Amino acid sequence: MNIRRVFAMAFKETLQVWRDPRSLAIALLMPVMQMVMLGYGVSLDIKHVPLCVYDQENSQESRAIVERFTAPGWFSISQTLVSEADLRNAMDRGECSMAIVIPVDFSRTLATTGSAPIQAIFDATDVNTTNIALGYAQGTVAQANAQTSAQWKAAHGVHPSPVGQVDVEPSTWFNETLDSRNFIIPGVVAVILALVGAQLTSLTISREWERGTMEQLISTPVTALEVMLGKLMPYFLIGLLDAAFCLVSAVYWFDVPFRGSLGTLFVTTVLFLIVVLGIGYLISVRIRSQLGASQIALLVTMLPTTLLSGYTFPIEQMPAPIQAITLIVYPRYYVTILRAIFLKGSSLPDLWAPLLGLFIFALIIIWLATRAFHKRLD
Amino acid sequence: MSGNPIEVAVRVQGLSKNFGTVQAVRNVNFSVSPGDIFGLVGPDGAGKTTIMRMLAGVLSPDAGSIAVDGVDVSANPEQAKLRLSYMPQRFGLYEDLTVAENIFFYGELFSVPRTERIARSKELLEAAGLQAFRRRLAGQLSGGMKQKLGLICALIHTPQVLLLDEPTTGVDPVSRRDFWAILYDLRERGVAIVLSTAYMDEAERCTRLALLHTGEIRLCDTPARIKEAMPGTLLAISSAHPRFLREIIAGKPGVLGTLLMGDRIHVRVDDPARRIPELQILLADQGVGIADIVRAEPGIEDVFVALLGQGNKS
Repeated sequence: MNIRRVFAMAFKETLQVWRDPRSLAIALLMPVMQMVMLGYGVSLDIKHVPLCVYDQENSQESRAIVERFTAPGWFSISQTLVSEADLRNAMDRGECSMAIVIPVDFSRTLATTGSAPIQAIFDATDVNTTNIALGYAQGTVAQANAQTSAQWKAAHGVHPSPVGQVDVEPSTWFNETLDSRNFIIPGVVAVILALVGAQLTSLTISREWERGTMEQLISTPVTALEVMLGKLMPYFLIGLLDAAFCLVSAVYWFDVPFRGSLGTLFVTTVLFLIVVLGIGYLISVRIRSQLGASQIALLVTMLPTTLLSGYTFPIEQMPAPIQAITLIVYPRYYVTILRAIFLKGSSLPDLWAPLLGLFIFALIIIWLATRAFHKRLD
Repeated sequence: MSGNPIEVAVRVQGLSKNFGTVQAVRNVNFSVSPGDIFGLVGPDGAGKTTIMRMLAGVLSPDAGSIAVDGVDVSANPEQAKLRLSYMPQRFGLYEDLTVAENIFFYGELFSVPRTERIARSKELLEAAGLQAFRRRLAGQLSGGMKQKLGLICALIHTPQVLLLDEPTTGVDPVSRRDFWAILYDLRERGVAIVLSTAYMDEAERCTRLALLHTGEIRLCDTPARIKEAMPGTLLAISSAHPRFLREIIAGKPGVLGTLLMGDRIHVRVDDPARRIPELQILLADQGVGIADIVRAEPGIEDVFVALLGQGNKS
């Protein structure tokens, strides 16, 4: 391999990207736009879920329980009901997504036994919202339980019966504020790099074919490997620049806590960029028009990455066959890695499993890429 | 001609190439010596570009072998490519790079030392009259300037073999003259040049020619001997109505072929001493009057038509 020819290719490619408004837009504008759109647009937090309250007792204790639900802002009382029929009507008319029913003997039962049931009813037509609201409700009740239990123990010296009551201790790790943004933004960074990276390199070989510069290029002594390395070099630097932009804005704009080391971040990002740029390059070698190549690159990266990488929809909740498919959705490994580095401060050994996944991908891509391009017209 | 005449810069043996069922190139053999300007001449679809591409090592032959300076193009493509330069028919340089950047890029691909690159590029830019356009994007050059830039990039290293596929198509006469001046200079330095052309006047400037038709070489020799190989003798008849004249003459006894040449026609006959008087009588009978019938030097086009079209097609 002749390093001079590699640098000549890199120099030429850099000039072309610099002078091509479309490539420049993909390289510099696309990450900014996606960071804004995905960063702000996607939030799994729900606020002010409409709540109906059917408080049959209307005592101090029952009002305290209702207060617990509304205080953090997750729920807002839309109606206060006075009968079972009202409840049914309110649910039917969609005036509330959740209703709590407090029995008439609530405070008395609580005072005598140390525990009292309340009923929560969910409108499960929007499963996603219901799941999240259910989570909030369970958290709220668990907190109330803990407090009541503690008060009971203080008064009676023992935990309230029935004995063996499960003591729910709500504790959220790594994302204490329960802000889904902290969880999503690192995923967004992975998604952006996967999309932008493949878009960038998808144009590189197809541009030569489309503009008729390939024939003269392949008549020179430059080897296929030199063409590949030289061409990928500038995109690799652009990819690092984009990664730096996304990660910096994640930390300083979206206030996602960063607990890991920059070294771990760099090594894993380099590995991911190799895979992502390699995918675009492989497409570019096959498709001889720029538009076609960029469309294919979008198709290949967009849907799997947004749906199956686990950046919004948790992989653990997918059906088993889909989970198996996600093994080949390479961004999932980087999503996992970034989240772990950001929120848990994981180091390379902690990340061995997703790293191994990425590494296998990188090897396959490199193997394919070095064999993909032939200096032939036919 | 410089160099040893036995020395061969390009040797082509039994070269064939098919595209599907179309035999684009059939069993082509030729060799080019250093200092030769070897012309591949033929109509569109004769296989010129396919042969040039195989010589350049960008298309693989189905059969046969090509050696450039003794190096087999199929077996050692990169070694062969170091020894040759190729200018494709379609402008193959980067339109979004400047003249100077294109030259730099190709210089680097051929590992030309920096000082040599600077000196050569200055010399070539001057010869081509492009010094003033060094900073202009290649896409903003005229057709002729683009072709000259292509030649400069092809010559930034020192090739033993220069391959030019229809290099002056769409080029203005002044640029064409510059272009040929550079080619003659290269020839004197012992570079073997292979060019394809559909222009017959350009074909006459070559030192050796191969007449191509439907993928086969019909004749391969110097322009002078190719002309001698034309069967029959060529007569030129001037007329205000050359088409009409041609209709009368075509197919008459002893007339081997006719060819329209602007305001006159070329008539190929078997025996001029006998046919000239016959033709004059014929023309007088048809009311054309006494025409001036003279013997003419055949051009490559006449030979081509004589060999390929039996002279009856236009």
